[in-house]
Amino acid sequence: MNDSLLAISVLWGFIFIYAIMGTMDFGAGFWSMIYINKEKTRATNIANRYLSPTWEVTNTFIVAIVVAVYSMFPKAAYTLGTVLLIPGSAILLLLAIRSAFLVFSNIAVDYRKPLTYISGISGLLIPGILLSVLPITHGGFVHFSDGKQTLDLVGLFSSGNEYAFFGFALFSTLFLSSLLLADYSNVSKEKEAYSIYRRDAIILGPIALLMAILVMVTLKQDAFWIYEKMIEDTFYLFLSLFLFLLGGIALFLPSRKHPGTKGMPRFAVVCITIQYFVASYVYGKAHLPYIVYPDVTIYSSFTSPSSFHAIFSSYIAGFIILFPGFYLFWNLFMHDKKYLQERKAKK
Amino acid sequence: MDHLVTARTMFGMTMGFHIIFATIGVGLPLMMLFSELLYQKTKDLDYVIMAKRWTKTFGILLGVGIPTGTIAGLQLSLLWPGFMKVIGEVMALPFQIEIYAFFIEALFMSIYVYAAERIRPWARILSLILVAIGALASAILITNVHAFEGTPQGFRIEDGKIVDVHPWKAFFNPTFFVSAGHVALSAYTTGAFVVASVSAFKMFKNSVGSRVYQFHQKALTLSLVVGAIFSLLTALNGHTSAQKLYEYQPEKLAAAEGLFETQSRAPLAIGGFTDKESKEIIGAIEIPWALSFLADNNFDTVVTGLNDFPEEYWPPLYIHTLFNGMVGIGSFLIVLSFGALIWKKLRKLDTFPKFLKWIFIISGPLAIASIEMGWIFACTGRQPWTIYRILSTEDSVTTSENLTVLFYLFLLIYIILGISVSLVLIYYFKKNPVQQDIDAAKEKDIPLFGSNS
Repeated sequence: MNDSLLAISVLWGFIFIYAIMGTMDFGAGFWSMIYINKEKTRATNIANRYLSPTWEVTNTFIVAIVVAVYSMFPKAAYTLGTVLLIPGSAILLLLAIRSAFLVFSNIAVDYRKPLTYISGISGLLIPGILLSVLPITHGGFVHFSDGKQTLDLVGLFSSGNEYAFFGFALFSTLFLSSLLLADYSNVSKEKEAYSIYRRDAIILGPIALLMAILVMVTLKQDAFWIYEKMIEDTFYLFLSLFLFLLGGIALFLPSRKHPGTKGMPRFAVVCITIQYFVASYVYGKAHLPYIVYPDVTIYSSFTSPSSFHAIFSSYIAGFIILFPGFYLFWNLFMHDKKYLQERKAKK
Repeated sequence: MDHLVTARTMFGMTMGFHIIFATIGVGLPLMMLFSELLYQKTKDLDYVIMAKRWTKTFGILLGVGIPTGTIAGLQLSLLWPGFMKVIGEVMALPFQIEIYAFFIEALFMSIYVYAAERIRPWARILSLILVAIGALASAILITNVHAFEGTPQGFRIEDGKIVDVHPWKAFFNPTFFVSAGHVALSAYTTGAFVVASVSAFKMFKNSVGSRVYQFHQKALTLSLVVGAIFSLLTALNGHTSAQKLYEYQPEKLAAAEGLFETQSRAPLAIGGFTDKESKEIIGAIEIPWALSFLADNNFDTVVTGLNDFPEEYWPPLYIHTLFNGMVGIGSFLIVLSFGALIWKKLRKLDTFPKFLKWIFIISGPLAIASIEMGWIFACTGRQPWTIYRILSTEDSVTTSENLTVLFYLFLLIYIILGISVSLVLIYYFKKNPVQQDIDAAKEKDIPLFGSNS
């Protein structure tokens, strides 16, 4: 594997981690808003219990992605920075409102409802705009002329592909987060919350799949080059579909660990996460070697070798330093029965 | 407004807003750490309450500090793609390492707050130390990029191409340590004086000698001691910073001091305004020989004046005022903190006199104003360059147009965030008065940190 490929794999890894964590983060914010009036089910409570300690960590990943882009592919960062001024700024504005009001809603308890609404709605829009970056990188809406690059915003927003991606982001966020929260409530032994999130996941899963198919259909028209390459990987596409069905079935099977409850949420989460992993692998592979089609490739925009080696060693050092921290964090907030069931015990 | 000015104003606005939260975000964890340690030493519960209340403040401020920091980081790429293309290739390391610092801060902040009652005291203090280290490291690393902009090294540009890149050489550029030190020390100073401001204000609000009054007096004393130490260290470090300017960016020093004629035994100008037309400084108090001595510890040192630089290389001349403002406030804070502590000790007073408390109240805002002036001085003083003598600001800016609309949108968001964060802080501390925490702390079984999330 050459350096450019290694670099883009690392970047893709970051993006995948953020996709899952961000989905969970923005989704949880949205669900805590939806169920805010159903206090008895504790669905909002579960979402907040997840969200409070994790949002800062999740937020760091988006910065990590941007830094990874400009440190490994500085010339691509130039193009992306130029054409993403408007969508990027939109994401930043929403993100600012979302994060601030999320914190405020936990502090100013008397105003919790309006504050949660503001953060919940602005948060749900973010994944949609984030994924709009993808159709932009397909090149159809970027004009390269005498060294200047401009984004055709009107063209972008009159393309079906853009809306398909937007919808896909929205429903994936809702689907994945409801599924993960179903598992989280199951571990927390919150039966009512579990049944709510399980129901949501069952409804939203097929819609998310439909959106994915819509993405493919519109991709065929708007960016045939990538569609064509994705279709070549038929096996992985079907594997992804199979995993989706497997995850779906798991939600209906009787639980072995908790007799009497329907569904094996942990198994479903694993299936669906692998499904997204496989699908994004197919997409990412087809996207190569372009970062922005057709002018910017991972080879033409790659940093100098000495910088890459310094950065790559820093990744390894960073991973070694941070791993125990993440492990501890996981244990305290995702695994610890005391934390997961604490607030119930108090009541 | 013209395109470049709009871009600069927009980014300056982001930084100017973010830096308030970032600076307190570095300073406050140190205060929290000191109070936690004082509790372990004295077993005085007041210190735990202080740590808890500052943690809450810190958590609320993070709600604005983190998203505005994210904006700053991403806006760099969106507004200055030409700059980030070079930085990405040469100076990516500090950004990269900064990410790890963010992670450490975020992970252990959550552990410190949300797992406070589930981990042992030493583990909590360790978490807090890691939070403080994470905050400090991110400040140091971003300042490293700023230092590199002023004193770049570790690469060459040949025919418009970046060649001969040595990332670690760029990382350890000549002003890294002194600039990073200045930012860190001044952040600790600011954190301390912000606490002093609030404590002094609260002492007015409570009757002298009451339980709550004593609580705030303890906080005030702690903050003055910390403030005294760090304001003095900031000044000592600032002296070295100025000498680095003399060595590496002489036109910035000349503009900061309003010096036009190159001369030995150069005078130090305090106050006044630099006049571009007559090429002299008007209305300043001049201390003879002092600038030469400051620049190089020697009265005979020749300090180059602005006349010896082409006018298009001149930084904006108003930086003289900013520089004076920064140094003036810094010096005032040293005198204030040492003076007040010594006064109280010598006169064996129970509390500080009323007029001093009034001054304490404004010391926090003054410290923040000083930070703002310092940053504006440091960044506009580097103009017309983003990378000194290598890349101009004009060549760094985005080619995308329509910045004005975005400028107003960001302005609007900062106004909303600024107002709402103030209201939330006021709301929270009204709702959870000190007395309530004091009562809660006495009852051992109620978890103090988890009592009001």
